Order: sequence, then structure tokens, then C-alpha cells
Amino acid sequence: MAEEVLIEKWPGTVSSVTIGALKNEGGSRSAIIKVGGQKTLPFLFKEGQIPNKPVVAFEIWDISPDDWHPELIKEYGTSLKDPVVWAEKCVNDHKAELLCIKLQGAHPDFGNKTAKEEAGLISQLLKKVSVPLIIYGCGDNEKDNEILPACSEAAKGEKCLIGDAVQENYKTLTAAVLADGHNIIAESPIDINIAKQLNILISDMGLSLERIVINPTIGALGYGLEYAYSIMERARLAALSGDKTLACPFICFIGQEAWRAKETKVEESQQGIIWEQVTAIALLEAGADILVMRHPKAIEKINSHIQELFGS
Amino acid sequence: MLIIGELINGMYANIGKAIKEKNKEIIKKCALEQINAGADALDVNCGPASRKPAEDIVWLVEAIQEVTDRPLSLDSSKPEVIEAGLKALKNKSIINSTTADQDKLDKLIPLAKKYNSKLIGLTISTKGIPQNKDQRLELAAMIVSSCVEQGYPVEELYIDPIVMPVNVAQAQTREILEAIKEFKIISEPSPKTIVGLSNVSQGAIARNLINRTFLVMALESGLDAAILDPLDRELLDAAITAELILNKQIYCDSYLEAFKKK
Repeated sequence: MAEEVLIEKWPGTVSSVTIGALKNEGGSRSAIIKVGGQKTLPFLFKEGQIPNKPVVAFEIWDISPDDWHPELIKEYGTSLKDPVVWAEKCVNDHKAELLCIKLQGAHPDFGNKTAKEEAGLISQLLKKVSVPLIIYGCGDNEKDNEILPACSEAAKGEKCLIGDAVQENYKTLTAAVLADGHNIIAESPIDINIAKQLNILISDMGLSLERIVINPTIGALGYGLEYAYSIMERARLAALSGDKTLACPFICFIGQEAWRAKETKVEESQQGIIWEQVTAIALLEAGADILVMRHPKAIEKINSHIQELFGS
Repeated sequence: MLIIGELINGMYANIGKAIKEKNKEIIKKCALEQINAGADALDVNCGPASRKPAEDIVWLVEAIQEVTDRPLSLDSSKPEVIEAGLKALKNKSIINSTTADQDKLDKLIPLAKKYNSKLIGLTISTKGIPQNKDQRLELAAMIVSSCVEQGYPVEELYIDPIVMPVNVAQAQTREILEAIKEFKIISEPSPKTIVGLSNVSQGAIARNLINRTFLVMALESGLDAAILDPLDRELLDAAITAELILNKQIYCDSYLEAFKKK
């Protein structure tokens, strides 16, 4: 007897977030990225619409990431010394569709760059590359509150994705994003209750839930991957069941977590690339919409994996 | 839980007067107040005083549709009044209601199919009001099987166990709660369940407290929908909290507020 496939009908939809604005939309991007909008769990094409593919963003820094693995440093070479050259390399050599510029150099312990310097860098990046941009702070709340509003203003109208807003520090960034027409990343520490609460707090300031991307924070393979997976799955199930406060796309910082694993530290080894891929593949299945990754080889594999899953 | 606001009913003095004077503003205001308070859908009932219910329901539907696209529950015991309302309705619809009598089922199920409407089925028949759980289940099974026979999707059907006032039929309340639980095992897929909440406190003094205590207990029994007064803030807060405790909603500190963003 033929087995009957059970088809679930979900009442909810994940909100659709657009990153980047074209020239006729008040920006200067050559293409835009849309994420979210799905009406079912990942890759269950028979159950509901999945209008947008997950997308990989190349992670670049404003300073040379000297503590990165030699495998990564070898791959990018001298371009690491200049974020604009690095960005161009990602776009021209590796066909990056989306860039995530991490402003690590603004951190008081890593160079303490000023808001003016960082805003200048963002303006330059926007001039030199035409893909949409994710602008990511240094993680020091006080410093991020100085640099991110300045960067937001420098990128006004470009519909960037800017983060992170956290429960203890979301007001300054939300106000800036609201004023300059961007989207925001809301970060919660692998905690679905805080993710929901933060989304409510941000939307209470007038930024609609449709402009929020959730950074659920993740662990790499062997470092809490399953925990992150289950939180993302639970949030997505709630979203599809109709909870709008959790119906936002996810951004996952795959590269940052994967390359921290001790298994990647082996010299002269491709293990880090594999670690980054495996972590990405698992979290794609959990519902990741934007994957921020580092190694071009890992990214290439993941992009073709996504194409394959979408049957194209 | 699907919340259907009960306040647009000609039985209430303000609505009865508005229908009589054809004052749309009062109806629109009442619709919006209920939606802003958390109603997913609105019940529409011309009330017992209406001389021309088939005309009045059309007027009510048209007035409400000017301010909302939420589903409307057309509440009448007369199929021709419901059909008049369905014809005028652009929003999604809920037929409120059919009884377990074959002649009613044969009229209203085809209407529900034709207009792609949800259907409320009361476990009551011309033989009278059921006295216990088993009689309710029997009547529910009749409604379900009639839906299956006529090709109407059972998951669109809402079975109402007929809630009795606790001050006159105290022994029934427990039977009703158990019936809500057991309606689910009548068929696969199961029908949904609904109550007209305020009946439970009819004639009692502590009406709000009785309503919300019963609603919480019914939710625990698996209730899917209720026709109620959404302006009763404590009632809605109790229902939201019950759903939280039943793990139907994800907790956050502002969970009451999260409900409003649904």
C-alpha cells in the first residue's frame, strides 16, 4: 500500500526582509537580497511556499584579523590588510552576493577606531562594492552605541542589516535603524524567551517586526550545535503556528563559531573548512536564512548545496 | 484560541437601537473596539426584536466590512438569514449555526460548502437540550457524519457542546468539559470545539469570574474557540495565560503584550 504523506498546513508566515536598496529605491546597490517569506519548515517544498533561498554573506573585518587560522589568511592574502580590497576580492573573485562587515577594530581592545573612521569606511565600501551590506558592531555595547549610529547614517537609504541589538542595549541602534531606513539584527543568547521579548521591545519603539532578523546565537558542531538547532526549530514552529513576534528570518554566524572549535586549530589542515560546512548544513536545516561565513571553499560548497536542495 | 467577539447583537440595547435607527457608526465602533481588544472574528446577530432579520443582517455586514476584513460569524437560527448575510459578505465567514437536525444539516452544510465558510454545529436537536456527555457526543457524531457524507471538511467544523448556566444546571458543567475533550476522538481529522461562553454565568452575580474560570478549564480540555466579550480584559488575560501554561504560546516577560501583536 502506498504510504500517505502527511501535509501540514501552517497558518503563519515568516516575514520577508529585504536587504539593499537599488538606485531607484533611494540606494545604490546593483542587486538586492530577500530572505524569509516561507510558509513551511526548511526545504519542505510540498508543504508550503519557500519564496527565497537562504543566502551566504562573506564575513570581512575593518582590521586585519591576525588571529584567524592560517588557512583563511592564506586564502585572502594581503587583501586582509585593507577592508575595501578584501570586500572587492569577495565580490570579484568569489562572487559574493552579500557582505558582512564586522567592525572589530572599534573595540577598545582591538584598536578603538572612532565612529568617524568607521562611518568613513562604510561610505567607501558602499562606493566600491555594489552588493548589499550587513554592518556588524564590535560587541562592546558602549562603543557600538557610538559607531553604529554613525555607520547607519553613512549608509542612509541603502537598507542595510545592522546589528546586534541585545536586550540590555537596543534603544540607540533601533532609533538609528528606524531613522535611516535599515533592518536590525536582534541577538539573544540561545534563548527563545529573550528572542521573543527583544522583538517586542524593538517593535514597541516603532520598528516593525518585518524589519527584524533574529540572531539566535549558535554553537558549532560539537559546541552546542544541537541546542541552537532546537531553539531555532522551536521558534520557527511558533512562527508558522502564527506567533508574529517570532516570525523573523534567522542570521547565523557560522564562520565565527566554526573556526573557534579546537578541531579546526590543526595546522596545514582543511578541517576548519569542513567544520564550517557541516555547521552550516545543519543550521540550514534548522531554518537559517542568512549564513555569515569565512572560507570561500566552504561557502562555495554551501552555495551549491543550497542550489541542489532547491533543485536548480 | 480563536476569539469571536459577541457584542454585535441586537439583544444589547445600544446595538438594537443602532439597527433600528440604521446608525452605522455605533456598529463600526463596536467592531473596532472588539478587534483592538483581541477578537479574531466578530459574531453578528440581529437580535430577537428584528422584524426583518434578512435585511438587518445585510446592513450589519456591510457596516462592519467598512472597517475590518476579519471573519464574521453570521448568527441566526434561520438559514435564510444566514444566506442573506453570506451573499453580502466579502470577508471570510463562519456560519453560526446548525443544530443536529437533519433538515438543518441538509440546508447549512451545502451553504458552508458553497461559501467556503466555517460551520458551528450545536449539539442540540428538536428533541431538546442534551442532559449529559453521551447525548452530546451522539449529536456531535451526527453532525460530523453528515459533514463527511456531504464532503465538507471536518477541520472547518466547530462543535458547540451547549453550555448551560451553572446556577441552574450545575451537574452539567463537568459533562460539558468532558464532552469538549471527547469531541476530538469522534473522527480523524477531528472537529474543532467552540463555546458560547457567557451562557455559563447567565443569571449569576459573579459573572466575569465564572466566565473566566470556566474558559480556563475549557482550554485545558482542549477548547479551540469561544464566542465571548473581548472587552473583558481579565477574561482575555486569563485565556492568554492559560495558553501559556498549556505550552501553546512561547513565554516572554511581555507575553500579554505579545498576544496583541498576533
